[in-house]
Amino acid sequence: MSDVNGKNIDSGKDNHRIKSVSRMKEILTGYYIDAKTARENGKKVAWITSGGPVEPLIAMDVIPVYPENHGAMVGASKMGVDLCQKAEEMGYSSDLCSYARADIACAVTQGGPIGGLPEPDFLVCCNNICGTVLKWYEVVARHYHVPLFILDTPFIHREMKKEAQQYVMDQIYEYIEFLEKQCGRKMDYDRMNEVGVLAVEGLRLWQAVLDTATHKPSPISAFDAFFHLGLIVTLRGTQVTVDYYKGLLDEMNERISNNIAMVPGEKYRLLWDNLPIWYRTRWLSDKFASHNACLVADTYTSAWSGVLPLIDENRFLETMSLSYSNVYINISHDMMINKLREMIEKYDADGLVMHSNRSCKPYSLGQYDLQKMVMDQLKIPTLIIEADMVDERHFAESQIETRIDAFMETLKS
Amino acid sequence: MSDPKITAGIDIGSITAKAVVMRDGNILGTRVRFTGYNAKKAGQDVLDGLLSEIGLMPNEVATVVSTGYGRNAVDFADKAITEITCHGAGAWFINPEIRFVIDVGGQDSKVIRLDNNGKVVDFAMNDKCAAGTGRFLEVMARALEMDLEAFGDLSLAGTPAKISSICTVFAESEVVSLIAKGETRENIIAGIHESVASRISAMARRIGIVLPIMMTGGVAKNKGILQAMEKKLGAPIVVSGYAQVNGALGAAILAGRM
Repeated sequence: MSDVNGKNIDSGKDNHRIKSVSRMKEILTGYYIDAKTARENGKKVAWITSGGPVEPLIAMDVIPVYPENHGAMVGASKMGVDLCQKAEEMGYSSDLCSYARADIACAVTQGGPIGGLPEPDFLVCCNNICGTVLKWYEVVARHYHVPLFILDTPFIHREMKKEAQQYVMDQIYEYIEFLEKQCGRKMDYDRMNEVGVLAVEGLRLWQAVLDTATHKPSPISAFDAFFHLGLIVTLRGTQVTVDYYKGLLDEMNERISNNIAMVPGEKYRLLWDNLPIWYRTRWLSDKFASHNACLVADTYTSAWSGVLPLIDENRFLETMSLSYSNVYINISHDMMINKLREMIEKYDADGLVMHSNRSCKPYSLGQYDLQKMVMDQLKIPTLIIEADMVDERHFAESQIETRIDAFMETLKS
Repeated sequence: MSDPKITAGIDIGSITAKAVVMRDGNILGTRVRFTGYNAKKAGQDVLDGLLSEIGLMPNEVATVVSTGYGRNAVDFADKAITEITCHGAGAWFINPEIRFVIDVGGQDSKVIRLDNNGKVVDFAMNDKCAAGTGRFLEVMARALEMDLEAFGDLSLAGTPAKISSICTVFAESEVVSLIAKGETRENIIAGIHESVASRISAMARRIGIVLPIMMTGGVAKNKGILQAMEKKLGAPIVVSGYAQVNGALGAAILAGRM
């Protein structure tokens, strides 16, 4: 009989713990210290959206800072409600994205887990992940009185037409001009090529790490991927990121050789859709593990490397228009269902768990249609959990627990 | 273990606790009481009360399964199973033709699709909102200063007044303003029933309706809701005499399979 209390689940025990975690924390701590002390070291800081093109910033030696990554930290530190309420007091709607609310509140109060983000010298906003970022970054630009560059990526219904590719490409060069102006020096294209090659290498390694979950039992779960994703978002295109994922991949392969499962006694393999519920990752991980279920993959952490087939590392800049426009939530449901089908087959998933995320409208819109498509076409059971990535007020534990238990009962029967 | 096998199902809902005791697939008795604040005690009391009523000793019960929101509080149960699986099993036991279950309980409403073997294929539940539940009806009964028991029959004579809000609290103010405008109770209650039926039928359509349908849960006793639901869904709905205890019945059946 499975342990419904989750007490005997030993995912936290030493032999199951991923050792690279400490190295990751070390790198991220160093990164935030560098960002916080950028001014003293004569470096520029740019705030950038999570799906934005960071590589030109790295090539220009600018420190990229991610309000969304910060939002995830706020969520994981369970500081979301206070900060969201603060933003609501300022007049922002409670329907606004909780990353945006938490981040705007942090900018004003210097609150949150790291006492606020370092002030930006300029902002880079790419709308391939949502439309909210446009207004959010305008608010930030007004607050700090700094320039804002907007990269507009058209939504992809079926394919990206040549004209659309050119439209984005023109903006990539405008982006580089913008950076040259902000930094007061020219772009070194040799350096840019180098960064492009490193970015692709990092993405390939990250995908390889995620692919180790095809092994049964899986050495890694989506809950781990949520954490280890950090560097592929923030420091893509750097050697430190490449080295980190090499180490992580080695560790995963070692776990496979030693037959170490992330969920001991793994019986059910599930796919997760949408952002994590940052303040409840542990609870959810234990809950699924108590049913011998491992979330082996997710559409979120694979979004960055999902565009790898569209990138030519030797023509990195030229292929940026395609790779940055075709990210998972900037594509149609027909394209999404194909991705889901690929993932369900690749990871041999028994079920799909969808987080209907009150904050992330573009990710959550149409989930019921996708759910229906998955059940009709792919014939696997699905579960929708209604919550929010940062704002805990939208998480109802007993309701969610009943849904997960009932879903697992259906899967087991 | 005693032979023939006696099993018990306990369903701890937000408003009432239910118990069913079975022997070899036959229902020996059922009991309902208010849950109150102590779910564990409610579970113990409702089972003890039922056992003494039918003249059995607690040690004669071979297996106990608990269900409902308080299922994990019933620590003397051999297993906790969710109300989704239990309602499916209960409805299928009563009538194996049933392919779709609509359960409207105190604080949640759920729809369950069953396959030919009574196995749950898909389900949906209301989320974080009491509209479309028994609690919603209780609030409305209070606003109308009426006994909930009288709701069902009274509404059958009414023409539904428009209740547009999907929120219990706002719908209550709507009802208050309808009263102020002189709208009849019959029409207001019919409107309330229509609003509940709309919400539930939308949820039912989301997972795909397969006939025949059974309605379970305490609210199934309300004829007005039943009629409004049938109208919305365009299909007849079966209600058994065990509607309110259907979850506990399913739990007792599943206990028999352990």
